[in-house]
Amino acid sequence: MKPGPFRYLAPTTLEEAVRALGEHPDAKVLAGGQSLIPVLSMRLARPTHLVDLAGIAGLGEVEVSDEWVRVGALVTHARLLADEDGYAALPLLRQALRNVAHPAIRNRGTTVGSIAHADAAGEMPSILAITDGVVEAFGPQGRREIPASEFFAGALETTLAHDEVIEAVRFGRFPGGTTTAFLESARRKGDYAMAGVAVALTVDESGQITSARASFVSVTDVPGVLDLTGALAGRIPTDVDWSVIDDAVQDHIEPEADIHVSAEYRAHLAGELARRAFAQAAATHPGGNS
Amino acid sequence: MTELSDLSPLRAGAAALADNLLTDELHEVTVNVNGAAHTRTVPARRLLSDFLRHDLRLTGTHVGCEHGVCGACTVLVDGAPARACLMFAVQAQSHEVTTVEGLGSSADSMNHVQQAFAECHGLQCGFCTPGFITTITSFLEENPDPTEEEAREVVSGNLCRCTGYQNIVKSVLRAAELKREAGEPA
Repeated sequence: MKPGPFRYLAPTTLEEAVRALGEHPDAKVLAGGQSLIPVLSMRLARPTHLVDLAGIAGLGEVEVSDEWVRVGALVTHARLLADEDGYAALPLLRQALRNVAHPAIRNRGTTVGSIAHADAAGEMPSILAITDGVVEAFGPQGRREIPASEFFAGALETTLAHDEVIEAVRFGRFPGGTTTAFLESARRKGDYAMAGVAVALTVDESGQITSARASFVSVTDVPGVLDLTGALAGRIPTDVDWSVIDDAVQDHIEPEADIHVSAEYRAHLAGELARRAFAQAAATHPGGNS
Repeated sequence: MTELSDLSPLRAGAAALADNLLTDELHEVTVNVNGAAHTRTVPARRLLSDFLRHDLRLTGTHVGCEHGVCGACTVLVDGAPARACLMFAVQAQSHEVTTVEGLGSSADSMNHVQQAFAECHGLQCGFCTPGFITTITSFLEENPDPTEEEAREVVSGNLCRCTGYQNIVKSVLRAAELKREAGEPA
Protein backbone atom coordinates (compact mmCIF):
# COMPACT_ATOMS: atom_id res chain seq x y z
CA MET A 1 0.00 0.00 0.00
CA LYS A 2 2.78 2.44 -0.89
CA PRO A 3 2.92 4.51 -4.07
CA GLY A 4 5.54 3.58 -6.62
CA PRO A 5 8.46 5.94 -7.19
CA PHE A 6 7.83 9.21 -9.00
CA ARG A 7 9.55 12.52 -9.55
CA TYR A 8 7.97 15.38 -7.61
CA LEU A 9 7.73 18.69 -9.46
CA ALA A 10 6.63 21.90 -7.77
CA PRO A 11 6.08 24.56 -10.45
CA THR A 12 5.30 28.12 -9.40
CA THR A 13 3.38 29.14 -12.53
CA LEU A 14 0.69 27.52 -14.69
CA GLU A 15 3.00 27.84 -17.73
CA GLU A 16 5.65 25.75 -15.94
CA ALA A 17 3.07 23.18 -14.85
CA VAL A 18 1.76 22.81 -18.40
CA ARG A 19 5.29 22.54 -19.80
CA ALA A 20 6.09 19.76 -17.30
CA LEU A 21 2.96 17.87 -18.32
CA GLY A 22 3.90 18.29 -21.99
CA GLU A 23 7.39 16.90 -21.38
CA HIS A 24 6.22 13.88 -19.42
CA PRO A 25 3.43 11.85 -21.01
CA ASP A 26 2.91 9.83 -17.81
CA ALA A 27 2.78 12.77 -15.39
CA LYS A 28 -0.26 13.48 -13.19
CA VAL A 29 -1.44 16.69 -11.56
CA LEU A 30 -1.49 16.77 -7.75
CA ALA A 31 -3.66 19.25 -5.83
CA GLY A 32 -5.28 17.98 -2.61
CA GLY A 33 -4.43 14.38 -3.45
CA GLN A 34 -7.45 12.89 -1.67
CA SER A 35 -8.49 10.87 -4.74
CA LEU A 36 -5.08 10.57 -6.39
CA ILE A 37 -3.00 9.33 -3.45
CA PRO A 38 -5.22 6.29 -2.70
CA VAL A 39 -5.03 5.41 -6.40
CA LEU A 40 -1.22 5.64 -6.23
CA SER A 41 -1.03 3.68 -2.98
CA MET A 42 -3.13 0.88 -4.44
CA ARG A 43 -0.87 1.01 -7.53
CA LEU A 44 -3.86 1.52 -9.79
CA ALA A 45 -1.73 4.23 -11.39
CA ARG A 46 2.04 4.58 -11.68
CA PRO A 47 2.74 8.10 -12.96
CA THR A 48 6.41 8.94 -13.55
CA HIS A 49 5.98 12.53 -12.33
CA LEU A 50 3.61 14.38 -10.03
CA VAL A 51 3.08 18.05 -10.81
CA ASP A 52 2.03 19.70 -7.54
CA LEU A 53 -0.07 22.84 -8.04
CA ALA A 54 0.27 23.96 -4.40
CA GLY A 55 3.01 26.50 -5.12
CA ILE A 56 1.14 28.34 -7.88
CA ALA A 57 -0.29 31.67 -6.75
CA GLY A 58 -3.83 32.79 -7.56
CA LEU A 59 -5.55 29.40 -7.55
CA GLY A 60 -7.04 29.65 -4.06
CA GLU A 61 -9.87 32.13 -4.65
CA VAL A 62 -13.66 31.87 -4.58
CA GLU A 63 -15.24 34.69 -6.60
CA VAL A 64 -18.92 35.47 -6.96
CA SER A 65 -20.43 37.40 -9.88
CA ASP A 66 -24.03 37.89 -11.06
CA GLU A 67 -23.80 34.79 -13.20
CA TRP A 68 -21.20 32.54 -11.60
CA VAL A 69 -19.44 31.22 -8.56
CA ARG A 70 -15.84 30.76 -9.71
CA VAL A 71 -13.71 28.33 -7.72
CA GLY A 72 -9.92 28.18 -8.13
CA ALA A 73 -8.03 24.93 -8.52
CA LEU A 74 -6.61 24.95 -4.99
CA VAL A 75 -9.85 25.76 -3.11
CA THR A 76 -10.59 22.91 -0.72
CA HIS A 77 -14.08 21.52 -0.20
CA ALA A 78 -13.90 22.82 3.40
CA ARG A 79 -13.02 26.33 2.24
CA LEU A 80 -15.89 26.41 -0.28
CA LEU A 81 -18.30 24.90 2.24
CA ALA A 82 -17.54 27.75 4.65
CA ASP A 83 -17.75 30.50 2.00
CA GLU A 84 -20.77 32.66 2.90
CA ASP A 85 -20.84 34.60 -0.39
CA GLY A 86 -20.70 31.40 -2.38
CA TYR A 87 -23.51 29.95 -0.29
CA ALA A 88 -25.70 33.02 -0.68
CA ALA A 89 -25.16 33.00 -4.45
CA LEU A 90 -25.63 29.25 -4.93
CA PRO A 91 -26.98 27.38 -1.88
CA LEU A 92 -26.70 24.09 -3.78
CA LEU A 93 -22.91 24.25 -3.31
CA ARG A 94 -23.18 23.90 0.45
CA GLN A 95 -26.12 21.49 0.21
CA ALA A 96 -23.87 19.15 -1.80
CA LEU A 97 -20.50 19.83 -0.13
CA ARG A 98 -21.83 18.72 3.26
CA ASN A 99 -22.03 15.25 1.73
CA VAL A 100 -18.52 15.17 0.27
CA ALA A 101 -16.52 12.58 2.24
CA HIS A 102 -15.56 13.29 5.85
CA PRO A 103 -14.34 16.63 7.24
CA ALA A 104 -10.73 15.36 7.35
CA ILE A 105 -10.91 14.65 3.60
CA ARG A 106 -12.68 17.93 2.85
CA ASN A 107 -9.88 19.81 4.62
CA ARG A 108 -7.37 18.68 1.97
CA GLY A 109 -9.43 17.66 -1.06
CA THR A 110 -10.19 20.30 -3.67
CA THR A 111 -13.50 20.83 -5.46
CA VAL A 112 -11.76 21.28 -8.81
CA GLY A 113 -9.73 18.12 -8.18
CA SER A 114 -12.85 16.05 -7.66
CA ILE A 115 -14.26 17.43 -10.92
CA ALA A 116 -11.01 16.63 -12.75
CA HIS A 117 -11.11 13.12 -11.27
CA ALA A 118 -14.61 12.79 -12.84
CA ASP A 119 -15.75 9.99 -10.58
CA ALA A 120 -19.48 9.46 -11.14
CA ALA A 121 -19.67 8.71 -7.40
CA GLY A 122 -18.39 12.21 -6.64
CA GLU A 123 -20.89 14.89 -5.71
CA MET A 124 -19.29 17.93 -7.32
CA PRO A 125 -19.24 16.72 -10.95
CA SER A 126 -23.04 16.46 -10.77
CA ILE A 127 -23.20 20.00 -9.37
CA LEU A 128 -21.08 21.30 -12.23
CA ALA A 129 -23.49 19.57 -14.63
CA ILE A 130 -26.75 20.83 -13.14
CA THR A 131 -25.47 24.41 -12.86
CA ASP A 132 -24.39 24.39 -16.55
CA GLY A 133 -20.90 25.02 -15.23
CA VAL A 134 -17.76 25.72 -17.19
CA VAL A 135 -14.24 24.36 -16.82
CA GLU A 136 -11.47 26.90 -17.37
CA ALA A 137 -8.56 24.95 -18.82
CA PHE A 138 -5.02 26.28 -19.17
CA GLY A 139 -2.82 24.66 -21.80
CA PRO A 140 0.21 25.36 -24.02
CA GLN A 141 -1.98 27.45 -26.35
CA GLY A 142 -3.41 29.43 -23.46
CA ARG A 143 -6.87 29.35 -21.96
CA ARG A 144 -10.03 27.66 -23.20
CA GLU A 145 -13.45 27.04 -21.70
CA ILE A 146 -15.15 23.66 -21.67
CA PRO A 147 -18.87 23.48 -20.79
CA ALA A 148 -19.75 20.73 -18.31
CA SER A 149 -21.82 18.99 -21.00
CA GLU A 150 -18.66 18.53 -23.09
CA PHE A 151 -16.24 17.93 -20.22
CA PHE A 152 -17.21 14.53 -18.81
CA ALA A 153 -16.41 11.82 -21.34
CA GLY A 154 -16.85 8.63 -19.33
CA ALA A 155 -16.16 7.08 -15.96
CA LEU A 156 -13.01 8.84 -14.66
CA GLU A 157 -12.54 10.32 -18.13
CA THR A 158 -12.68 13.93 -19.30
CA THR A 159 -11.98 15.86 -22.50
CA LEU A 160 -9.13 17.76 -20.81
CA ALA A 161 -5.90 17.27 -22.79
CA HIS A 162 -2.94 15.68 -21.02
CA ASP A 163 -1.01 18.95 -21.07
CA GLU A 164 -3.89 21.05 -19.74
CA VAL A 165 -4.54 22.05 -16.14
CA ILE A 166 -7.88 23.22 -14.77
CA GLU A 167 -7.30 26.74 -13.48
CA ALA A 168 -10.81 27.14 -12.09
CA VAL A 169 -14.38 26.02 -12.58
CA ARG A 170 -17.42 28.26 -12.74
CA PHE A 171 -20.71 27.02 -11.32
CA GLY A 172 -23.64 28.81 -12.96
CA ARG A 173 -26.10 30.63 -10.70
CA PHE A 174 -29.79 29.83 -11.08
CA PRO A 175 -32.38 32.43 -12.08
CA GLY A 176 -34.52 34.07 -9.40
CA GLY A 177 -37.39 31.86 -8.25
CA THR A 178 -35.16 28.77 -8.06
CA THR A 179 -34.83 26.49 -5.07
CA THR A 180 -32.49 23.52 -4.89
CA ALA A 181 -31.92 20.39 -2.84
CA PHE A 182 -29.27 17.70 -2.61
CA LEU A 183 -29.88 14.27 -1.11
CA GLU A 184 -27.80 11.13 -1.03
CA SER A 185 -27.75 7.80 0.73
CA ALA A 186 -24.53 6.14 1.91
CA ARG A 187 -23.83 3.17 4.19
CA ARG A 188 -21.87 5.43 6.53
CA LYS A 189 -22.19 9.22 6.46
CA GLY A 190 -19.29 10.53 4.40
CA ASP A 191 -18.75 7.35 2.40
CA TYR A 192 -19.39 7.17 -1.33
CA ALA A 193 -23.10 7.46 -1.95
CA MET A 194 -25.01 4.41 -3.14
CA ALA A 195 -27.12 7.00 -4.94
CA GLY A 196 -27.53 10.75 -4.78
CA VAL A 197 -29.35 13.54 -6.56
CA ALA A 198 -29.19 17.31 -6.99
CA VAL A 199 -32.36 19.10 -8.09
CA ALA A 200 -33.22 22.65 -9.15
CA LEU A 201 -36.78 23.86 -9.40
CA THR A 202 -37.67 27.27 -10.85
CA VAL A 203 -41.07 28.97 -10.71
CA ASP A 204 -42.33 32.21 -12.27
CA GLU A 205 -44.07 35.03 -10.43
CA SER A 206 -47.39 33.21 -10.46
CA GLY A 207 -45.73 30.25 -8.75
CA GLN A 208 -45.85 27.96 -11.80
CA ILE A 209 -42.91 25.71 -12.67
CA THR A 210 -40.75 27.02 -15.51
CA SER A 211 -37.82 24.64 -15.07
CA ALA A 212 -37.17 21.36 -13.24
CA ARG A 213 -33.81 19.62 -13.54
CA ALA A 214 -31.92 16.86 -11.78
CA SER A 215 -28.40 15.44 -11.84
CA PHE A 216 -27.40 12.17 -10.24
CA VAL A 217 -24.51 10.71 -8.24
CA SER A 218 -23.34 7.05 -8.41
CA VAL A 219 -26.06 5.89 -10.81
CA THR A 220 -24.80 7.26 -14.15
CA ASP A 221 -21.45 6.82 -15.94
CA VAL A 222 -21.21 10.51 -16.65
CA PRO A 223 -22.86 13.28 -14.66
CA GLY A 224 -25.54 14.65 -16.96
CA VAL A 225 -28.74 16.62 -16.56
CA LEU A 226 -32.23 15.16 -16.59
CA ASP A 227 -34.55 17.95 -17.74
CA LEU A 228 -38.07 17.34 -16.47
CA THR A 229 -39.43 20.74 -17.46
CA GLY A 230 -41.57 19.32 -20.27
CA ALA A 231 -43.62 17.19 -17.89
CA LEU A 232 -43.91 19.78 -15.13
CA ALA A 233 -44.10 23.23 -16.74
CA GLY A 234 -47.06 25.26 -15.55
CA ARG A 235 -47.71 23.10 -12.48
CA ILE A 236 -47.69 24.46 -8.91
CA PRO A 237 -44.78 22.70 -7.12
CA THR A 238 -46.62 21.90 -3.89
CA ASP A 239 -49.49 20.30 -5.85
CA VAL A 240 -47.29 17.89 -7.77
CA ASP A 241 -47.31 14.20 -6.92
CA TRP A 242 -43.61 13.64 -7.57
CA SER A 243 -44.11 10.03 -8.60
CA VAL A 244 -44.82 11.49 -12.06
CA ILE A 245 -41.05 11.73 -12.57
CA ASP A 246 -40.38 8.06 -11.73
CA ASP A 247 -40.26 6.75 -15.30
CA ALA A 248 -38.09 9.59 -16.57
CA VAL A 249 -35.63 9.04 -13.69
CA GLN A 250 -35.43 5.29 -14.32
CA ASP A 251 -34.86 5.90 -18.06
CA HIS A 252 -32.07 8.38 -17.30
CA ILE A 253 -30.00 6.35 -14.83
CA GLU A 254 -27.76 3.33 -15.49
CA PRO A 255 -27.13 1.88 -12.04
CA GLU A 256 -24.58 -0.90 -11.58
CA ALA A 257 -24.09 -3.40 -8.78
CA ASP A 258 -21.01 -3.60 -6.58
CA ILE A 259 -20.14 -5.31 -3.28
CA HIS A 260 -22.14 -2.72 -1.33
CA VAL A 261 -25.40 -2.63 -3.19
CA SER A 262 -27.37 -4.20 -6.06
CA ALA A 263 -28.32 -2.29 -9.21
CA GLU A 264 -32.00 -2.68 -8.31
CA TYR A 265 -31.52 -1.10 -4.90
CA ARG A 266 -29.50 1.75 -6.39
CA ALA A 267 -32.34 2.37 -8.87
CA HIS A 268 -34.86 2.30 -6.03
CA LEU A 269 -32.80 4.79 -4.01
CA ALA A 270 -32.34 7.12 -6.99
CA GLY A 271 -36.09 7.22 -7.61
CA GLU A 272 -36.95 7.78 -3.95
CA LEU A 273 -34.26 10.42 -3.43
CA ALA A 274 -35.34 12.31 -6.57
CA ARG A 275 -38.97 12.44 -5.37
CA ARG A 276 -37.91 13.60 -1.91
CA ALA A 277 -35.44 16.17 -3.24
CA PHE A 278 -38.06 17.75 -5.52
CA ALA A 279 -40.59 17.76 -2.69
CA GLN A 280 -38.00 19.47 -0.48
CA ALA A 281 -37.19 22.06 -3.15
CA ALA A 282 -40.94 22.64 -3.69
CA ALA A 283 -41.56 23.15 0.04
CA THR A 284 -38.82 25.77 0.31
CA HIS A 285 -40.35 28.00 -2.37
CA PRO A 286 -41.78 31.20 -0.96
CA GLY A 287 -45.20 29.87 -1.95
CA GLY A 288 -44.41 26.46 -0.46
CA ASN A 289 -45.39 25.02 2.88
CA SER A 290 -42.26 25.90 4.81
CA MET B 1 5.30 -24.59 -22.16
CA THR B 2 8.11 -22.19 -21.43
CA GLU B 3 11.40 -23.95 -20.89
CA LEU B 4 12.93 -23.43 -17.51
CA SER B 5 16.10 -22.19 -19.12
CA ASP B 6 14.23 -19.36 -20.86
CA LEU B 7 14.43 -16.70 -18.20
CA SER B 8 14.32 -13.70 -20.52
CA PRO B 9 10.78 -12.57 -19.52
CA LEU B 10 11.80 -12.72 -15.88
CA ARG B 11 14.98 -10.81 -16.61
CA ALA B 12 13.05 -8.15 -18.51
CA GLY B 13 10.63 -7.88 -15.60
CA ALA B 14 13.46 -7.57 -13.11
CA ALA B 15 15.13 -4.92 -15.26
CA ALA B 16 11.88 -2.94 -15.46
CA LEU B 17 11.52 -3.22 -11.69
CA ALA B 18 15.10 -2.05 -11.16
CA ASP B 19 14.42 0.89 -13.47
CA ASN B 20 11.44 1.85 -11.38
CA LEU B 21 13.31 1.50 -8.13
CA LEU B 22 16.05 3.71 -9.46
CA THR B 23 13.71 6.56 -10.27
CA ASP B 24 13.29 7.45 -6.59
CA GLU B 25 14.64 10.93 -6.12
CA LEU B 26 15.52 12.14 -2.65
CA HIS B 27 14.32 15.42 -1.19
CA GLU B 28 15.48 17.24 1.87
CA VAL B 29 12.23 17.88 3.67
CA THR B 30 11.63 20.11 6.71
CA VAL B 31 8.31 19.70 8.48
CA ASN B 32 7.13 21.45 11.63
CA VAL B 33 5.78 18.76 13.92
CA ASN B 34 4.44 19.50 17.40
CA GLY B 35 6.18 22.86 17.46
CA ALA B 36 9.64 21.77 16.31
CA ALA B 37 11.19 21.73 12.82
CA HIS B 38 12.43 18.32 11.67
CA THR B 39 14.59 17.83 8.59
CA ARG B 40 15.04 14.45 6.90
CA THR B 41 16.08 13.26 3.46
CA VAL B 42 13.26 11.18 2.00
CA PRO B 43 11.91 10.02 -1.37
CA ALA B 44 9.05 12.05 -2.84
CA ARG B 45 6.69 9.12 -2.30
CA ARG B 46 7.21 9.09 1.49
CA LEU B 47 3.72 9.38 2.97
CA LEU B 48 3.39 11.84 5.84
CA SER B 49 2.24 8.91 8.03
CA ASP B 50 5.48 7.03 7.31
CA PHE B 51 7.55 10.19 7.69
CA LEU B 52 6.13 10.64 11.19
CA ARG B 53 6.49 6.99 12.20
CA HIS B 54 9.68 5.86 10.45
CA ASP B 55 11.70 9.00 10.00
CA LEU B 56 10.72 10.89 13.16
CA ARG B 57 9.90 7.80 15.28
CA LEU B 58 6.64 9.39 16.35
CA THR B 59 4.67 6.15 16.46
CA GLY B 60 1.56 7.64 18.05
CA THR B 61 0.10 8.13 14.58
CA HIS B 62 -1.29 4.73 13.62
CA VAL B 63 -1.60 3.36 10.10
CA GLY B 64 -4.69 1.28 9.37
CA CYS B 65 -6.12 1.13 5.87
CA GLU B 66 -3.62 3.45 4.18
CA HIS B 67 -6.18 4.79 1.76
CA GLY B 68 -8.08 7.36 3.77
CA VAL B 69 -11.01 5.28 4.98
CA CYS B 70 -10.25 4.27 8.59
CA GLY B 71 -9.06 7.56 10.07
CA ALA B 72 -6.45 6.01 12.40
CA CYS B 73 -3.64 8.16 10.94
CA THR B 74 -5.52 11.45 11.30
CA VAL B 75 -3.24 14.31 12.36
CA LEU B 76 -3.82 18.05 12.51
CA VAL B 77 -2.45 20.08 9.61
CA ASP B 78 -2.54 23.77 10.55
CA GLY B 79 -5.01 22.75 13.26
CA ALA B 80 -7.45 20.96 10.95
CA PRO B 81 -7.77 17.15 10.79
CA ALA B 82 -6.22 15.46 7.76
CA ARG B 83 -5.28 11.90 6.86
CA ALA B 84 -1.51 11.52 7.17
CA CYS B 85 -1.70 8.61 4.69
CA LEU B 86 -3.17 10.90 2.03
CA MET B 87 -0.34 13.42 2.08
CA PHE B 88 3.29 13.22 1.05
CA ALA B 89 5.94 14.54 3.43
CA VAL B 90 7.09 16.91 0.65
CA GLN B 91 3.60 18.48 0.68
CA ALA B 92 3.69 19.09 4.44
CA GLN B 93 6.66 21.44 4.34
CA SER B 94 4.84 24.73 4.60
CA HIS B 95 2.43 23.44 7.24
CA GLU B 96 2.25 22.94 10.99
CA VAL B 97 1.58 19.28 11.84
CA THR B 98 0.27 18.16 15.23
CA THR B 99 0.25 14.47 16.15
CA VAL B 100 -1.33 12.82 19.18
CA GLU B 101 2.04 13.18 20.96
CA GLY B 102 1.67 16.93 20.59
CA LEU B 103 -1.67 16.88 22.39
CA GLY B 104 -0.38 14.98 25.42
CA SER B 105 2.11 12.13 25.66
CA SER B 106 2.17 11.12 29.33
CA ALA B 107 -0.42 10.24 31.98
CA ASP B 108 -0.15 13.66 33.60
CA SER B 109 -0.10 15.70 30.40
CA MET B 110 -3.25 14.28 28.77
CA ASN B 111 -5.51 16.82 27.13
CA HIS B 112 -9.26 16.96 27.79
CA VAL B 113 -10.08 14.49 25.01
CA GLN B 114 -7.52 11.93 26.16
CA GLN B 115 -8.74 12.33 29.73
CA ALA B 116 -12.36 11.83 28.66
CA PHE B 117 -11.48 8.67 26.69
CA ALA B 118 -9.76 7.26 29.81
CA GLU B 119 -12.71 8.14 32.04
CA CYS B 120 -15.48 6.93 29.71
CA HIS B 121 -13.77 3.76 28.40
CA GLY B 122 -13.65 5.33 24.93
CA LEU B 123 -11.04 2.79 23.89
CA GLN B 124 -10.30 -0.89 24.20
CA CYS B 125 -7.35 -1.99 22.03
CA GLY B 126 -6.39 1.62 21.38
CA PHE B 127 -5.36 1.23 17.76
CA CYS B 128 -7.85 3.74 16.37
CA THR B 129 -7.60 6.11 19.35
CA PRO B 130 -4.96 8.60 18.12
CA GLY B 131 -7.12 9.43 15.08
CA PHE B 132 -10.15 9.99 17.30
CA ILE B 133 -8.18 12.19 19.71
CA THR B 134 -6.87 14.50 16.98
CA THR B 135 -10.23 14.69 15.17
CA ILE B 136 -12.23 15.44 18.33
CA THR B 137 -9.69 17.92 19.74
CA SER B 138 -9.96 20.03 16.61
CA PHE B 139 -13.77 19.69 16.46
CA LEU B 140 -14.24 20.95 20.05
CA GLU B 141 -12.26 24.10 19.25
CA GLU B 142 -15.04 25.09 16.84
CA ASN B 143 -17.94 23.42 18.66
CA PRO B 144 -17.46 23.67 22.42
CA ASP B 145 -20.94 22.41 23.26
CA PRO B 146 -21.94 19.67 20.80
CA THR B 147 -25.21 17.73 20.87
CA GLU B 148 -25.08 13.94 20.95
CA GLU B 149 -25.94 13.90 17.24
CA GLU B 150 -23.05 16.24 16.43
CA ALA B 151 -20.76 14.12 18.60
CA ARG B 152 -21.79 11.07 16.57
CA GLU B 153 -21.26 12.88 13.29
CA VAL B 154 -17.76 14.10 14.13
CA VAL B 155 -16.50 10.55 14.62
CA SER B 156 -18.22 9.20 11.48
CA GLY B 157 -14.92 9.35 9.59
CA ASN B 158 -13.05 7.17 12.11
CA LEU B 159 -13.46 3.40 12.38
CA CYS B 160 -13.30 1.54 15.71
CA ARG B 161 -13.74 -2.25 15.78
CA CYS B 162 -13.88 -2.64 19.60
CA THR B 163 -16.12 -0.17 21.34
CA GLY B 164 -19.28 -0.03 19.26
CA TYR B 165 -18.86 3.76 19.44
CA GLN B 166 -21.24 4.31 22.38
CA ASN B 167 -18.44 5.15 24.80
CA ILE B 168 -16.65 7.20 22.17
CA VAL B 169 -19.74 9.41 21.79
CA LYS B 170 -19.84 9.71 25.59
CA SER B 171 -16.15 10.63 25.54
CA VAL B 172 -16.78 13.45 23.04
CA LEU B 173 -19.47 14.94 25.30
CA ARG B 174 -17.33 14.46 28.43
CA ALA B 175 -14.32 16.06 26.73
CA ALA B 176 -16.46 19.09 25.87
CA GLU B 177 -17.49 19.28 29.51
CA LEU B 178 -13.88 19.06 30.74
CA LYS B 179 -12.82 21.73 28.27
CA ARG B 180 -15.60 24.07 29.39
CA GLU B 181 -14.77 23.49 33.06
CA ALA B 182 -11.09 24.24 32.41
CA GLY B 183 -12.07 27.38 30.51
CA GLU B 184 -14.25 28.76 33.31
CA PRO B 185 -12.65 31.30 35.58
CA ALA B 186 -11.80 29.79 38.99
